[in-house]
Amino acid sequence: MSGMTASHDAARADGAMAQKAKVIQPAWVRVVHWINAVAMIMMIMSGWQIYNASPIFSFTFPTTITLGGWLGGALLWHFAAMWLLVINGLVYVIAGLVTGRFRRKLLPISPAGVIDDTRAALTGKLSHDDLSTYNNVQKLLYIGVILAGVVVVLSGLSMWKPVQFQELTAVFGGYDNARVVHFFAMAAIVGFLVIHVVLAVLVPKSLRAMIIGR
Amino acid sequence: MGRTSKIIPGVDQTLLVKDAALLLPDPARRRFLAGGASLGALTLLTGCDVVDSFSAEDVLKKISKFNDAVQARIFDPNKLAPTYSESMIKRPFPFNAYYTLDEAPDVKASEYKLELTGMIANKKPWTLDELYKLPQDKQITRHICVEGWSAIGSWSGPKLGDFLKTIGADTSAKYVRFICAEGYTTCLDMPTCFHPQTQMSFRFDDQILPRAYGYPMKVRVPTRLGFKNPKYVVGMEVTNEYKGGYWEDYGYNDYSGL
Repeated sequence: MSGMTASHDAARADGAMAQKAKVIQPAWVRVVHWINAVAMIMMIMSGWQIYNASPIFSFTFPTTITLGGWLGGALLWHFAAMWLLVINGLVYVIAGLVTGRFRRKLLPISPAGVIDDTRAALTGKLSHDDLSTYNNVQKLLYIGVILAGVVVVLSGLSMWKPVQFQELTAVFGGYDNARVVHFFAMAAIVGFLVIHVVLAVLVPKSLRAMIIGR
Repeated sequence: MGRTSKIIPGVDQTLLVKDAALLLPDPARRRFLAGGASLGALTLLTGCDVVDSFSAEDVLKKISKFNDAVQARIFDPNKLAPTYSESMIKRPFPFNAYYTLDEAPDVKASEYKLELTGMIANKKPWTLDELYKLPQDKQITRHICVEGWSAIGSWSGPKLGDFLKTIGADTSAKYVRFICAEGYTTCLDMPTCFHPQTQMSFRFDDQILPRAYGYPMKVRVPTRLGFKNPKYVVGMEVTNEYKGGYWEDYGYNDYSGL
């Protein structure tokens, strides 16, 4: 956690020593990140198989990219992985708030900053020198995917228990509507995942930081 | 309702995994088998005995049992399922089963008797005329299928809980098991049987329950997924023993509460 205070220091020394000493991703972030990655992929792939049993739209997911083999198997995966996703997600959100990581990393964010950084990114001028400081586009995407995670869990709960948690189901516009919300929250997360993985591959040291911390 | 036409694909998963494992080089094969995350376990719930000690299937089944207990805790015996107006009833209401309507049981009223077995004081079978004379409730509730679709319907009939009291069922027993004309079975726990909306339905949309929806009797349980709402019910057994059910035995979650 001690390395985090340095994260504001955008003009920090770029010597090899300083680079080595600086922890970009603390251990707890790395642990919850990879647990979340596994849980999310299990939820998404089993969710696609469940979707296929009664598609909302005029397409289904190829079974080669689904988990569970059939509806019953997919449901078992989905309702097992949900515990991993939700418990790990709670740890992440609580730790993110308590340690001040969310405030430090994700704020401040401004529309002008997002526009500027988007332009810089598209013209190849966005710097990746300091991985510990997020640009406005990153902040927007990380805030967005955290919110999508909250929506996907709450809409999922409302579909799982539309009688016991009927007040929550009503918030999502009823059972059938909750399915649609759940689907689009999934789509937002998958969209994030694609960008996230592409960028991690383009900037491999960011992937290294999420594995070994620096 | 909610009985899907989905069946497990006719591939022997155990053999498939063994074949796949044989194609791997030796050290990888050992790791693959020792790791327990076998292809069979990842893709299906049947016949995964490649790994003796541990398999994803066993873990998933244990978590499903744990989820049964969690759902029984969440279940509020007094919380009513939302009800809807007549205009929201889905017409025609979907027919759904693992067979076609032509193959659905064709129960004859004159031959029908509701057979009672297990922990029941008065096991005298009930004729349809006798059942029709019981006080009837009407509910317009949402039927939710395990597949994900839902439809609002209107069902009428006596409360199952009242009937269980009438026949002197041992209400301290854990389960009521339902036996259907085509051999379908499912179980409900006693608290669910006594939920005020759990109904022995003899009418759909104010008409005698049509064959498509389970003539002569369906057990309507708006607090459970569709496959826990048996149709063509010909027998009830009050028991302490959990005996599974048609879809439960394939791996659907036993409780499947809403």
